[in-house]
Amino acid sequence: MLGKTAGGLYWMFRFLERAENTARLIEAGFRIALTRSNDAESEWKSVIITSAAQQAFEARHDKYSSANVVNFLLRDPEHPSSVLSVTKSARDNARLVRTALTTEVWAAVNETWMVLTETLKRPIPETELPAVLATIRQQSALVRGALVGTMLRNDIFDFCRLGTFVERIDSTARIIDVKYYALLPAPSFVGSRMDNVQWETILRSVSAHRSFRWAVEDDFTAPAIADFLILDDRMPRSLSHCAAQLVNNLGHLAKDYGEAMPSHALADRMNARLKDRDIGSIFDEGLHEFVGSILRENAAIGMQIEIDYRFNY
Amino acid sequence: MDNDQAHFDEMLGATGARPPYAGYDAWFNAQDRARLAKKAAEAEAFFRRTGITFNVYGQSDAEERLIPFDLVPRIVSSSEWARLSRGIEQRVRAINAFLYDIYNRQEILKAGIVPIDLIAKNAAFLPQMMDFNPPGGVYTHIVGTDIVRTGENDFYVLEDNARTPSGVSYMLENRETMLQMFPELFSKIKVKPVSDYPKSLRRSLEASAPSTCEGRPCVAVLTPGIHNSAYFEHSFLADQMGVELVEGHDLRVIDGHIAMRTTRGYRQIDVLYRRVDDDFLDPMTFNPSSMLGVPGIMDVYRAGNITIANAPGTGVADDKAIYSYMPEIVEFYTGERAILKNVETHRCSEPDALKYVLENLADLVVKEVHGSGGYGMLVGPAASKKEIMAFAAKLKSNPGNYIAQPTLSLSTVPIFTKKGLAPRHVDLRPFALVSPGGVNITPGGLTRVALKAGSLVVNSSQGGGTKDTWILED
Repeated sequence: MLGKTAGGLYWMFRFLERAENTARLIEAGFRIALTRSNDAESEWKSVIITSAAQQAFEARHDKYSSANVVNFLLRDPEHPSSVLSVTKSARDNARLVRTALTTEVWAAVNETWMVLTETLKRPIPETELPAVLATIRQQSALVRGALVGTMLRNDIFDFCRLGTFVERIDSTARIIDVKYYALLPAPSFVGSRMDNVQWETILRSVSAHRSFRWAVEDDFTAPAIADFLILDDRMPRSLSHCAAQLVNNLGHLAKDYGEAMPSHALADRMNARLKDRDIGSIFDEGLHEFVGSILRENAAIGMQIEIDYRFNY
Repeated sequence: MDNDQAHFDEMLGATGARPPYAGYDAWFNAQDRARLAKKAAEAEAFFRRTGITFNVYGQSDAEERLIPFDLVPRIVSSSEWARLSRGIEQRVRAINAFLYDIYNRQEILKAGIVPIDLIAKNAAFLPQMMDFNPPGGVYTHIVGTDIVRTGENDFYVLEDNARTPSGVSYMLENRETMLQMFPELFSKIKVKPVSDYPKSLRRSLEASAPSTCEGRPCVAVLTPGIHNSAYFEHSFLADQMGVELVEGHDLRVIDGHIAMRTTRGYRQIDVLYRRVDDDFLDPMTFNPSSMLGVPGIMDVYRAGNITIANAPGTGVADDKAIYSYMPEIVEFYTGERAILKNVETHRCSEPDALKYVLENLADLVVKEVHGSGGYGMLVGPAASKKEIMAFAAKLKSNPGNYIAQPTLSLSTVPIFTKKGLAPRHVDLRPFALVSPGGVNITPGGLTRVALKAGSLVVNSSQGGGTKDTWILED
């Protein structure tokens, strides 16, 4: 496979994952804005910070209003990580690697681009926002379904999955990083209104407010939520699940190509930091520091994959 | 604008459907029109969803457009096809012989048959190709010959596309679409399949590999990238052949060979089916600012270590001034009369011809010698007085840049419209593959159709559409 093709596959799935994650973040922010209007502005600000777009946003807007944030994150063509922009980038990459994709995957990405370009043409009124966010998630599920259901499990598939999981680790880690103060076990706040709002938002941001109740049996404490997001292998957006997937897909590549590359060692190391850990030991290490180091390691893995598999040179 | 001439309609003669269309006509008349209209809409949605689009230069709001597809096929009988394909093969062989001659001994110039100026002053002539024999002696691995028809037995070649002819993906996708929409038609009417084209193309390219190549040759398609108007076709062909689709920056020269950057290091390429123009192929030899090519590829080529298809410099054989000499060229190299006729062509570089053309602009089609895609041409009968005056000025200032031809009474084939069948002008581009083993012509081609009543311009960039082209079994 061409190095460029591997890069196109990887980035196509990073962009698709980013579109979906952005939709989830907006959904959580929107919920707060509706139910706790006093907290809305600070909540929208933290959504923007989580998307790593504070500077770009403030260069364009004075106020963290619902309309501004939603518009910026969903349909601002100047913002490279808006859903509109990343959908186009994903589709451009798909065109680039079309020979590597099944007809179903290509058609799903192409349709996603057509549907979202049309949906995001005009500003989204508040009444239509839930439907628009649902469309983004549905389209994303469509592409994922086509990928999992129709693609050979070869190196092409591995590069797609690597993009997905590098992006997802980044997203989940940022959500924790921005809200880490709410997850710190400070006894005086436990059960307070503020805490509950923050926890709910965190879980909604990863679409896990329901699964958490089933998986953890209603243990709404900070350590339980942190444990769920960081260490619970059953949770598809948890750091440990995603890291294990990275190791898994890199392992397939090593087997396929007969050679383990430096990125494999980096991924193994990150995975080891998340495996069989106790959440207490992470709090001891410092939650903020821990998540910050995961973000850095994840970025390094992404860059090393690009070098190892000759995406650009 | 239509004129009053009666056009030859390939489907409907004075006494009903012509024989090749008899089966289709019977089927069509039994169809429910509303169902057909629904099918037409489905076809468009299918093209859109699968991304069978082309990019139009200079239109930012419509970056990707569909080429409209018409569901009435263009049907050619097997005896008509036999004659066409013989004529195309003869012409393609002559073009290859001509290119070999031009880049070696130049006998045809010495014999005074083609004026030396037409070569020496031709921008498509590449001195770098002199005294060089491409692998297998093949210059034009893929040729698309544009053919028009004016009557029952009158076929003319309008153009020989010997550089990088496009449109073959539509030949294949149009057939796929018809098979999906109307499978029952193909059990009733025996149509020669076109689906072998990608396999034949790959075989033909492999057979043209350098003689030093060991094992199965590695073929790749070189595209200028996703913004090129024909990108869909490039990726489609690579996909259908099962070979890599590369861009210039994927390639480099390693140990005297061209190699592509893969996830596991560099891998040697033996045959490069390039869809990049000569000018952009090698910044070290041609346009130095080109980012689309491969620095040094011409040295590798001249050392005999890669096949470039089509060979650089083939454009010298297909411009519209050389075209006017094609009957003589065919005769010179094959010793036979040309099977397919040329359209009478006035070379504006010649004073008498220029005078005639200026006096008869309203009746002529005037084209740029190096133009393509229907850009920069004048269709006299369809032009206003003002347009003709403006064009005359351009023509006078640079006559050598133009040729003129009579407006042919192009044949029509009906298209399906809301009001039923309506005749529209068509042309035909079959595709010939050339390898050291011979010429292979897929029974079919791209039929382009002008969608506006009376229009003679079939180019997709100018609003033309396409039809599936059926060559019938005996």
